This record gives sequence, C-alpha cells and structure tokens, in this order.
Amino acid sequence: MVPIQENPMALQLRRNFVELTSKMTKNEAMEEANRCLYCYDAPCIKACPTSIQIPNFIKKIASGNMKGSATTILEANPIGASCARVCPTEELCEGACVLNSSTKPIKIGELQRYATDWAMETNAQLFKQGQSNGQKVAIIGAGPAGLSAARELSRLGYTVTIYEAESKAGGLGSYGIVSFRLPNEVVDWEVEQIEKLGVEIKTNTTVGVDISTDEILEQYNSIILAVGMGAVPNLGIEGEELDGVHDAIEFVRNTKMGPLTKEIVGKRVAVIGAGNTAIDGATCAVRLGADNVQILYRRTQKEMTAYKFEYEFAKQDGVEFKWLTAPKKIIGNELGKVVGIECVKMKLGEAGADGRQRPKEVEGSNFIIEVDTVIKAIGQTRFVSLIEAFGLQHTNGVVDIDETTMQTSNDKVFACGDVVFGNGQGEAMVVTAVQQGKDAAYKIHERLTSFSKVSIVPKV
Amino acid sequence: MADLRIDLAGIKSPNPFWLASAPPTNSGYQVQRAFEAGWGGAVWKTLGDPILNVSSRFAAVSFNGQRVAGFNNIELITDRPLEVNLQEIYETKKRFPHHAIIASLMVEPKQEKWHEIVKRVEDVGVDGLELNFGCPHGMAERGMGSASGQVPELVEKQTYWVKEAAKTPVIVKLTPNITDITVTAEAATRGGADAVSMINTINSLAGVDLDTWNTVPHVAGKGAHGGYCGPAVKPIALNMVAECARNPLINVPISGIGGISNWQDAAEFILMGATGVQVCTAAMHHGFSIVEDMIDGLNNYLDDKGIASVMDLVGRSVSRYSNWGDLDLNYKIVAEINNDVCINCNKCHIACEDTSHQCIDLFTEDGRPMLKVREEDCVGCNLCSIVCPVDGAITMVERKSSVPPMTWNERQALISSLAK
Repeated sequence: MVPIQENPMALQLRRNFVELTSKMTKNEAMEEANRCLYCYDAPCIKACPTSIQIPNFIKKIASGNMKGSATTILEANPIGASCARVCPTEELCEGACVLNSSTKPIKIGELQRYATDWAMETNAQLFKQGQSNGQKVAIIGAGPAGLSAARELSRLGYTVTIYEAESKAGGLGSYGIVSFRLPNEVVDWEVEQIEKLGVEIKTNTTVGVDISTDEILEQYNSIILAVGMGAVPNLGIEGEELDGVHDAIEFVRNTKMGPLTKEIVGKRVAVIGAGNTAIDGATCAVRLGADNVQILYRRTQKEMTAYKFEYEFAKQDGVEFKWLTAPKKIIGNELGKVVGIECVKMKLGEAGADGRQRPKEVEGSNFIIEVDTVIKAIGQTRFVSLIEAFGLQHTNGVVDIDETTMQTSNDKVFACGDVVFGNGQGEAMVVTAVQQGKDAAYKIHERLTSFSKVSIVPKV
Repeated sequence: MADLRIDLAGIKSPNPFWLASAPPTNSGYQVQRAFEAGWGGAVWKTLGDPILNVSSRFAAVSFNGQRVAGFNNIELITDRPLEVNLQEIYETKKRFPHHAIIASLMVEPKQEKWHEIVKRVEDVGVDGLELNFGCPHGMAERGMGSASGQVPELVEKQTYWVKEAAKTPVIVKLTPNITDITVTAEAATRGGADAVSMINTINSLAGVDLDTWNTVPHVAGKGAHGGYCGPAVKPIALNMVAECARNPLINVPISGIGGISNWQDAAEFILMGATGVQVCTAAMHHGFSIVEDMIDGLNNYLDDKGIASVMDLVGRSVSRYSNWGDLDLNYKIVAEINNDVCINCNKCHIACEDTSHQCIDLFTEDGRPMLKVREEDCVGCNLCSIVCPVDGAITMVERKSSVPPMTWNERQALISSLAK
C-alpha cells in the first residue's frame, strides 16, 4: 500500500524502479509492424530459441488480429511477455533481421511487448488445460523453465504440481531481473495464466526440507528438476562478513520486494564482477541513490560476460568500470562497517581452458578504494545437495542429462534451465530456459505416448 | 530552366498543374490560395443549380498503414449559389489574369439550359469550359453527370449544344464507369469538343465498418456508392488516357486526371498523351503546397533530359502503347539475383515457388544463404523483382533470342498465308 503522503525520497526511489521503456503506441506499433517484410523462412524465427513465428505475429498486429498475435507468441513461449522485455534481442531475433543489411531491424521485442500487453490488459484466456491423462508430474522450481514445462504438460493433460522454495513463483523474473526492465506485474500475470490451466504451485516449499526427494520420486510419474541457481558464492577474502557487504542476487531481489531501502542513498559502492548480474547490482545501486558506483573486474572489457546493451546501459547510468582490478580484502571500521576495499592490479596471461586469458596479479600494485558498500556478483552457487538428494549425476553442480531425451541419470527425472546450463552445455538466457522447459515437457509426453502415436504438440 | 507553360486547346497556363473540379476549388478564397501556392490552373467546382449535400461525405482506403491510398467521396457539385461563384470567378480571374480558370458545368440535358449557363460563365471571363459528364453519384440519379456520360449520343448532343454557344474552348470530362472510354471520347470529339479530360471518379464503396456493419462512409446508417480516386486509380486512368491518345478518331488534346500525386505521375500522363494534368486527392491529403515539388521536379526532369518545353514531352510514349497482338513473342528476359546486394528475405523465392514458375532455388553455399534463378524455367514475369524490397538485388535482363522477332498478328498472318 502506498502511504498517503510518501516522502520525496521514497517517491524518487520508487520512480527510479519504474519500467524504463514505455509501450509502443498503436501508431508506432502499426508503423513498425507494416515495415516487417514477412520473410519466407525468416531468420528471426531461427534466431529465437523458442522459435516464435515472428513474421506471423507481426502481420497479425498489422491486420488488427491482436488475439491471434498474442496467441502466436505465447504458444511458442509461455513467458513471452517477460521475454519481450528481457531478451537480448539484438543478439537474437533483431540481430538476425534481414533489414540489418538494408535499413534498420524491426523492433521485434517491442512489438512482442505490444502484443503480449494486449493479452495482459484484456486478460484473454488463450490456452486450455488438456483432458486429464491420469499422469502426475512434479516440477521443482517455478522459474521460466519450470513454468514453461508446466504449461505445456497441463495442456497435454498432465496433473502438474510445482514446488517453489520462494514465497512467489516466477523465479528469476520475480526475484532476479531488475524491476525497471521487468515489473512484477508481468511475471505475476504469466504465473496466473499457468495457474489458470490447473497447475498447482506450492510456494514456500523447499524440496529436501518441507518434502523429501523420496516422497516426490514416489508420488509422481515424472519429475522435472528446474531449480536454477542459488546465492553468489563467497569471494574467499577477508571481510566478507562485514556490514555493507551484499550478495548481488539478494541485493536485486530486495529491490523487487516491499519498500526500497534508503540505506544506499549517498553511498560509495563497489561491485565485484562484470556479468549481467553485476550490471543489475550496479544499476540498482545507482537507482537506490548511491553517490558513486564502480564495477571492479579482474579481466578486461573484452572478457566480461555482460551483454553489450547492459554494459552501455550501466555506463549511461553513470557506473564506472575498473578493469584488471581484483579485490584482496574488504576493510571494516571498529563498528564492523565497510569503509574500503583493498584491490590489486591484474594483467592478462595465458589463455585458460575456456579460451579467455587468465588474469595474474601485478605484484606490489595493491591499493585501497574507499567504499561503504560492496556487492558481490561473481556467479552463482548451485543446488548440489538437492541434486545429490535426488541421486542425480552431475558435473560441478550442473546436472548431467541426455541431450536428446533430457533425462538425468534417473530416467524418471528430467532437468532443464539453469540447473543444466554451464560447463559448455548452453548459454543461460530466460528464453533458452523456456525452450528447455517446453522440450522437457514434450520429452515426458513422448515417453508416455511413444506407443500410442499421439500428437506431441498440444492444441491451442 | 525548362518552359513549363502549356497550351491545351487554346487554354494557356503557366504550368501543367491544374486543380481538378472538386472540393479544393469550391471558392475564390481557395482558388486564389492555390494560385499563390503555384498551381497553374483550376477547374472550378462544378456549377449548377444550388443543391444540397449530406454529412458525412469522404472516406479513404489505407494500405499497410499508408493513408489515402485511395479516396472515395459522395459529395455533390457546388452547394453555393451560381451568382456567388460567378462573382468570385470574376474576382479571381482579375487578380490572376495569367492563370487558367475553367468552369466545370453540369445542367439538365436540355439545349436551352446549356446555352444559358455557358453565356453566364463566359461573361465573367473564364478561360474555358469543362462539361462534367462524369460525376457518378447523386447527380447521375437526376439524369446528369455520368448518366449522360455513359450514353455516347447524349455526350455528343450536349457537347454540340455547348459548342453552339461557347466562345471559349470546351473540354469534355469523361466517366471511367463505362466499358470502353474511347467510345464516349469519340462521341465528344464528334460533338465538337476542343479537348477531353479523364478520368472522373470510379464507382466505389470504400469499406464496411466491422463493428457497426455500416458502410464507410455512411449517412445516418445508410450508404450509397461514391466516386473513387487517389493513387490507387492511377493505372486505370493512365490506361484510359493512353487508349484515347493512340486513337486516331480522338484527335483532340487530353487533360489527364486520376491519382496524380507528384511530378513523376504527371510526367507519365504527359508522356502517354496528356497535355496537362489535374490533381485533387494529393492536394486534399497534403495541402496546396505540394505543387512546389511538382513544378520543381518536372522542371529538373526536363532539364536532365535536355527538353526545352514540357509541350515537347507530350505523347512521347504513345507510340509504344499497342495491342497485345503486336508484342514480340520471341523477346526474352530473365531475372538475375545479385547475392551481394540480396538481404535474404526470400520473398522472391516464395513468390516464384507458390505463385509463379518455381524457378528460384534457395540453397546454402559456404554457410551462406543463396538464391539463384534457373534461367531455363524463368518466364520473365517480373514477380520476383516486384516483391524484392532491395534496389538492385534483382535485375530483369534481356537474353538474346535465337529466333527473329514475331508478334501474334505476324504469326497468324504467316499461318494463314501458308494455308493458302
């Protein structure tokens, strides 16, 4: 509830987290939709991990068939409203648009948002639950992969239960993606659409704590493990326990839940790491009123894993980048509060196994940066104990799967999303997780219907 | 600087761009603004007995977001008293003595009615008369407009009556709502017309509202057919102008009308035999100032072509317009795709595959998508080059024929001579 008289600071902070880009107007959408060439065998479709029939949904916007347009998108991608906002479109559909070679690419992401916003605004029921086939599936994790799998399975007639440790479904969308890119309402609506298909989502339910893995294995015909990833790991340096040290995932998550903290106002912030989560942490810090935000990265711009548009966005927000800088120690005062971070300069050496040059310390180059807040963003830990509780084989916490069947070492358990990404198995994008969720659902159904020749693609 | 002045059957104007008889020429205020903007002439909105009009009146057709691809109206002739119009014509002519003012006329098909109105408008100093035998709605139901224009005898007889009284050149404006416009054009010529103008609007219904199921436009829930004009009708008008221009029995100048939106359209009409052009929809869409580029563009075009006067451009393409039976059956062109310019939208491939002759292959070479025409199967239909969105990606190129040219007519003649 918004207080009747919100103080100016709180109001300003709240405004800082309002979705950045506004929806296209009808005129803009029509003009852009009419610009689409309606390519045959269109490269944008091939570039979309969920293979949305992009020219079709755009043509439908142009013809005024908004229901058809939204259905075309959401048919291929149950999280299509979120993806319209968070996909790195210039690396996917828009990057593949043939108009890159002649004029400028179609704003596919914005058109997708225009169409899915129509679905949200009209709250049209676009999909139906399939007739029950008596099979039960448990999905662990209500993130993009789990939700996507759940929707497809429900349409195919499965009774689906999702177990979610958090208090809300949505996963990364609900907790990990900054509000100014993806407002909660969008994810909430997507979750609601999936619940409308009869999917039961048990929130605040941690598998392995509130219900044992054995019970799950026993009660369901198939299980999909779609737990994603966990907290940021420790840096392994002195001072991580100090007041003012945050986990980037947790830091972003707090901006999406309840009132925004005023603690960052006027603070000097150092973010460790240069992936997309680091950018999120840094830009959230800027928007929470930080005086100065620096990203410290032990390699160079070339090696950083953040998308180019994220990097540009952070620079526009005033985030400073300190390359070849590694933290050695977080310094606290007598009250246990962060006052600085000791760093060392790095230089790039031999290429490592991943092809990236390994950074090495430059001896005697230690220096101190005065900061009040440190945000750790050096990757995420994996839910190894849960994976092991299910008795699944894994490689460094990445569940091993058969790429064609999506089955784990236990053929009743399928896995998708971040839990199978990494170790060279693919790139972690929401849209890829969505496709894996769909695939896992179809694989389960394929296994069930392998003798009955039932169509594996559900009807709208 | 080319000479843009025209002389159409004795009517002189500083350039070939006239406003057609329509809403833009309804009053002295409008026509004077148009002349100030640069229009060379104006055909005053049709004079006749003051009549009533309806609301609403106009509708337009958008195509893929492009507004006013076609325009439809159910407005009738002037709804202002004749005296007021005559007074304003007099004042406008006085202010702009070198611009052409043509009075569009429409009265009942009676000799005395025509004689009376001709005398009255000529008394105020018009440069010429245009007989409205084309208006397809409202007036036609009272035996005027296209109701006259669709009957060759009435066209001839009324033109004759006008010529009995007229001292200024008489242009007969023809309706396209007829199977063969050359028949009425010939009738006008027989009646003594000094020129013909075409086309008037085409019978049309702009649309149906999918929510209310009313016609577009509608008047209190009822609609009636209107007249269609604007860019969409240009090819229809151009053909009619060309057919009249190449007909030896229609040996009078032509004023071209129908979807002319810019200097290029105008130049095409002039090449096909129009001595000047009349414009309405483009002005209604954008205002009178569009004439500036029409004049400028036509002037630059003539300069580039080394043509001193626009009158030297008139009819230069007419001899190239012929009958199908005169076309060379052995002429061969094929499509050629430049894969360096091609952006791989594959529209040519699917257009040919689904709707033409299945001769564009889509394949991958060194990981790069490629398109290639199988020339032996290409019939030179142009479709691929029409749907291609990139200039220079598809070129239609001539292939030398192994046999000499032969038309259908020549072939038939040869066959019958061999049969003898």
